[in-house]
Amino acid sequence: MNIELSGQQQLLTVRLEGELDHASTGRIKDELEAELMHTGAKNVAFDFSAVTFMDSSGIGMILGRYKTVKSLGGRIILVGMSREIERIVKMSGIDKLAEIY
Amino acid sequence: MTNNFKLEFPNLACNEGFARMAATAFILELDPTCAELSEIKTAVSEAVTNAIIHGYKNKSGTVILEGNLSENTVTFTITDFGEGIENIEMARKPLYTGSCDSERSGMGFTIMEAFTDSMTVTSKKGEGTTVTLTKVIGKGAPEND
Ligand SMILES: Nc1ncnc2c1ncn2[C@@H]1O[C@H](COP(=O)(O)OP(=O)(O)O)[C@@H](O)[C@H]1O
Ligand SMILES: [Mg+2]
Repeated sequence: MNIELSGQQQLLTVRLEGELDHASTGRIKDELEAELMHTGAKNVAFDFSAVTFMDSSGIGMILGRYKTVKSLGGRIILVGMSREIERIVKMSGIDKLAEIY
Repeated sequence: MTNNFKLEFPNLACNEGFARMAATAFILELDPTCAELSEIKTAVSEAVTNAIIHGYKNKSGTVILEGNLSENTVTFTITDFGEGIENIEMARKPLYTGSCDSERSGMGFTIMEAFTDSMTVTSKKGEGTTVTLTKVIGKGAPEND
């Protein structure tokens, strides 16, 4: 995972890699929450273009960060989702909570 | 054509990926589409993850993944000998989670159901849970998919 801060819009861009499951999402959550605290950013953009698999643990991780940024007055952006990932994102309704590009 | 396998592994998170790989490799000879492969991979991942985290909470235990193939129908059963589910009907509802971990989405059973042709759950409080996932592969899928 690669986290980048883009200053102007208080935006954290998170380039996710590999498989997003229960085994990998815990660490992503911890790193992102720490980064949100340290940087004072309030928006998070997830880039899925290097994600090869995601199940409902990934949905839970996105939902968790949605709750965090919502409390900061920020928003969640989802980019680069494969057809498979978009399908479960829509199934769970997070497409209505986030901006999708 | 019939085939079957049985895998037994401890409830370690790293075995989620192992179980997914085993399940997808097992159905390859049916020449599944990418969509079918991805659906099986995801459904098995959900069931195995549930066995690992909800079945045993923070205790250690054993998970069994079995695969059965008959003609073009594949069946996976995922068994744990953990806590069991008190109210299966409620557990299967979209967005329901019985976990106090705020990172759970409650979408596991919903995804398993959507990605297979049938899902059955049998469980007994204190004895464990078995999830059975059945899917027909190559159901009139377009040749060039
Ligand atoms: N193998 C299992 N053993 C015990 N409880 C389970 C098992 N599988 C599922 N459950 C219960 O069913 C609930 C719903 O499961 P699921 O739809 O996968 O959502 P999530 O895993 O996100 O909580 C779980 O929160 C848990 O309470
Ligand atoms: Mg689950």
